[in-house]
Amino acid sequence: MRYLPHTNADRKAMLEEIGVTHIDDLFAGVPSGHLLNKLVDLPNHQGEIEVERALSALASKNLSAADAPFFIGAGCYRHHIPATVDYIIQRSEFLTAYTPYQPEIAQGTLAYLFEFQSYVAELTGMDVANASMYDGATSLAEAALMAQRITKRQTITIAPGLHPHYEQTLKTYLSTSGADIIVADKPSSDSAAFIIQSPDFFGTPHSLQDYRKACDDTGAKLIHVFTEVLSLGLLPPPKEADIVVGEGQSIGVGLGFGGPHLGLFACKKEYTRQMPGRLCGQTTDADGKISYVLTLSTREQHIRREKATSNICTNVGLCALAFTVHMSLLGEQGMKNLALLNHQKACDLADKLEEINDVKVINTSFFNEFTVQLPIDDAEDVVNKLAEKGILAGYPLHDGKLLITATETTTENDVTALTTALREVLA
Amino acid sequence: MSDKISPLGHKGLMLEEPLLFEQSQQGRSGVDLPETTQTKLRTGQPQRTEIGLPEVSEPQVVRHFVRLSQMNYSIDGGMFPLGSCTMKHNPRLNEKVVRLDGFAQLHPLQPQSTIQGALETIHQLENWLAELCGMPAITLNPAAGAHGELTGMMSIRKALQDKGEIRKIVLVSDNAHGTNPATASTCGYKIISVPSGSDGLVDLTAFNELVDKYGSEIAAFMFTNPNTCGRFEKDIKHIADKLHSVGAYFYCDGANFNAIVGKVKLGELGVDVMQFNLHKTFSTPHGGGGPGCGPVAVSKELEKYLPVPRVRHSNGVYSLEIENADTIGRIKAFHGHFGMMVRALAYMMSHGADGLRKVAEDAVLNANYILHHLKDDFHVPYKGICMHECLLTDKGLKEDGITTLDIAKGLIEYGFHPMTVYFPLVVSGAMLIEPTETESRESLDGFIKTMKHLAKQAKSKQKEHLKEMPLSTPRRRIDEVKAARQPILRYMK
Repeated sequence: MRYLPHTNADRKAMLEEIGVTHIDDLFAGVPSGHLLNKLVDLPNHQGEIEVERALSALASKNLSAADAPFFIGAGCYRHHIPATVDYIIQRSEFLTAYTPYQPEIAQGTLAYLFEFQSYVAELTGMDVANASMYDGATSLAEAALMAQRITKRQTITIAPGLHPHYEQTLKTYLSTSGADIIVADKPSSDSAAFIIQSPDFFGTPHSLQDYRKACDDTGAKLIHVFTEVLSLGLLPPPKEADIVVGEGQSIGVGLGFGGPHLGLFACKKEYTRQMPGRLCGQTTDADGKISYVLTLSTREQHIRREKATSNICTNVGLCALAFTVHMSLLGEQGMKNLALLNHQKACDLADKLEEINDVKVINTSFFNEFTVQLPIDDAEDVVNKLAEKGILAGYPLHDGKLLITATETTTENDVTALTTALREVLA
Repeated sequence: MSDKISPLGHKGLMLEEPLLFEQSQQGRSGVDLPETTQTKLRTGQPQRTEIGLPEVSEPQVVRHFVRLSQMNYSIDGGMFPLGSCTMKHNPRLNEKVVRLDGFAQLHPLQPQSTIQGALETIHQLENWLAELCGMPAITLNPAAGAHGELTGMMSIRKALQDKGEIRKIVLVSDNAHGTNPATASTCGYKIISVPSGSDGLVDLTAFNELVDKYGSEIAAFMFTNPNTCGRFEKDIKHIADKLHSVGAYFYCDGANFNAIVGKVKLGELGVDVMQFNLHKTFSTPHGGGGPGCGPVAVSKELEKYLPVPRVRHSNGVYSLEIENADTIGRIKAFHGHFGMMVRALAYMMSHGADGLRKVAEDAVLNANYILHHLKDDFHVPYKGICMHECLLTDKGLKEDGITTLDIAKGLIEYGFHPMTVYFPLVVSGAMLIEPTETESRESLDGFIKTMKHLAKQAKSKQKEHLKEMPLSTPRRRIDEVKAARQPILRYMK
C-alpha cells in the first residue's frame, strides 16, 4: 500500500524488538471479543488510476458552474479566483501544518492569520476580528450567544430578510437554551441582540443608523450579518454595529458544493474577551523580534473546558489563507473595482431581464443579487426547466419569485442564454 | 560582532518578511479587472470611499506568502507526532480529485437533477463510515469534530425531550478533550467529571457510584476511546450497559479512531453516538487549523434527530431532504464540508478494507515501538503497551529543572515538531506522542535517537542549554504573556 512505508519484514522486526510475536499482541488492551476477526465489508485497496477514475465518474454526473451560464447566489457566490491563490494554499507548509500551537515553527500561519484578522477588521469597520469560524451561519449563531453573554438577556430579535438557512441554524443553536427568536423591525426591551442582514436575503442593502439608535434605546447589541463579503467593497462599512459576522467564501474560497466556506467574526474592542474562536496576536520573541502567537486562549475550550466562550476548536484556517491571498492581490483599489464591477453586471442583468414581458425586478436597490417576479407561480419549475437546457438560473422562492445573481464571471453570452431560454420557458 | 549582523535580518534560507501593510504603495495591484463604466449606483447607499487594504503587485504577494510558508513546519516536511491530532501523510491525489470542476464548481442550491454525482458521493461516504463504526446512520454535515460533538449532544437532548425527560447532568471523563465539556455546557448541561484510575482508564468504581447517585438525572456520558492516555477503554460494554440501565446515552468521541479503524466497531459495543474527525483518521489536511469535517454516527433510535439536509436514495435517484418532523434542525448554512468528504473518500478507496486495517495496526505498532525504546529514558505513567499514541511525562527531569516544555523546544531545535504537551491533564507534564502509520522505521529511529539525546542532555551539566532552545528557528521562544497582557490583534498604521 503506497501510503504505508513498512514492509512485512519491517513489521516483523519491530514486533520482535518490542518483544511480541503478533500485531494483535499490541491490541491486548482490547477485549478479544471486541476485535474484528475479519475485514470490514468494503472493497480492498485501489491504485491511483482506479480511485481517480471512480471519483471522476462521480464528478461527471454533476453539472458544474464552469459548464453552464450561472446565476445562483443565495449565500454562496461564484467568483473568479486568481491562480496564485490555489498555488499558495497548496504549499505543503500551509496545507499540511497543524494549528499553530508551537509558534517558533508556525510563524507563517500566524503571520497570515494576523493579516487575515486585520483585513476583516478593516472591511467590517470593527476593532477586532478572530481567526475564522466554520461559516457565516455558525458565525451568526455564535454572535447571538455572545450577545446573550454580554447582556445576560435571552431574546434574539431578527429583522425580516435574514437568510432562511442562517435563521434555521440560529434556531438550532438557541434551542438548547429555549431563547425566543422574534422577527421584528426593531429590538424590544428584552432583546439581547438585534440582527440585521445587509444586503438582505432578497438582495436589498440596509443602512444601520436607525437600528443603532433603537439598540441604544433598548440595550440590545446590534449584529450586522452579510452573506456576500464583496458587498463591503461598495457599501458603507457597518461600523455602527457591535458585532459583524458573515460569509467570506466569495473571496478566494469558491463554491465547493457548500463547503468548506469561511465564517468571519468581528466586533468592538470592549467585547474581545467574550469572542469565540482563536485569536492571533503580535508580541516579541526572546531576541526581541516581532512575532505572532495565538493569544487570549483563556476564552477557549482547551484551557477553560466547560467555562469556555464556545466549544469551537478547529476552524477553517486554510480558507482564511485563501481569503488573505486573494484580498492581498485585490488590495484597496482592486476590492473596490471588483465590487463595482459586480454591481454593474447585476444592473445590466436586471435591465435585460426587465425587457422580458411580465418579468419584474422587485428590488429598487441591490448589490449583485436581486429578486425578480416571474409571471407564473412555480419558480422552481422554471429553474428545473432551465437546468434541462443547461442553465443554472437562480434560486427559486415562493410565489413565482426568483433570486438571481451576477458577478464578474457573468458574460454577455450567459445573459443572452438566460433571457432567451427564460422567454421560451415562460412562453 | 556587529558586522556579522545581516542588515535585513535574513539568515541564509531564513528570510524575514514584513506584513503586506508595510510593503504597500498606492497604485499597485495584483489583479487586472475590466474597466467599469457604472456611474449611477443602484445600491441605495453611499459609495464606500476607503477600506484600508494594502496595495501590492502579484510578484510581491507570491514572494510574501512563499516566505511566510518557509517559516512553518509541516507533515510534508517532517515528523509531526502530535498526540490525538493524527498528523499523517496527506496524499496529493485527494487534492487533485477535489479540484475536478464537477466537485469544486458546484453550488449547494443547484437543482437536484444537476448534483446527482455529489449526492452519491455523500451517500457512499456515509455507507463507508457506517460500515467502519458498525452504526446505522451518519450525518456528514458537521464542520469539525467539536461541531460533530454539538450535533450528537443536541440529538441526545432532543431524544430526551421527546420522552418528556429533563436531565441536567453530563458525565465527562477527566482525560477528555476540552471540547467535550465545552460542548455539553453549550447544550445547557452541568458537567460532572469522571476520574480515571491508576491504569489510565475510567475509574469504574467511581463511574458506577456516579451513575448510581445521579441515575435519571444523567443525560449522557462522554468519553474518548481509545482514550487520550493511549489506552483502549476495555470496560466499554459495561459502561454502555450501566448507562442504558438508567436511560442515559453513551457518547464516544472518535478523535482517536485511527487506532481501531477496521479492527473494532464501536457501534457493536453499545455506543449511541460517535463523531469522526475526517482531518485525523481519514487524512484530510489540517491546513494550519482547518477546515475539518466531523461526521456523526448514531444508533437507530437517534437517527431521526440528525440535522438536515440529509441525503436520501431511492429508485436510483438521490435527493436532499431539507426538513422533517424530528430533526434537531440545520447546523450550518449548507450541507457540510463537501471538499473534505471527497478527499476522505479518495483516501478510503485508496486504502480499502485491507489497507484501513493496516492503518490501525501500523499506527499502533509505531507508537509501541517508540514507547519500547523510550521507556527507560522518560517516565511512563501507565505501564504496559499502548494503542496509537504513547504517554510520557517529565517526572524525573522536572525535579532538576527540565520540563516538558523544554523537551518540546529541544525537539524543535533538532528538527521535529513536538508531541502534544501538557495534555491529557490527568498526568503532570504530559508528552503525548502519536507517530501515525505513515512514518517509516528510519524516521521513528531518528525521533527516538533525538529524544534519547534530549533525555541525556536534560540530566547533564549542559542542561541549561535546553532552556535556550530553540536557537535555529525563524523565531526563538515567544513572549506569550506579553501577547495576552497587551493584545495587539490587528495591524494599525
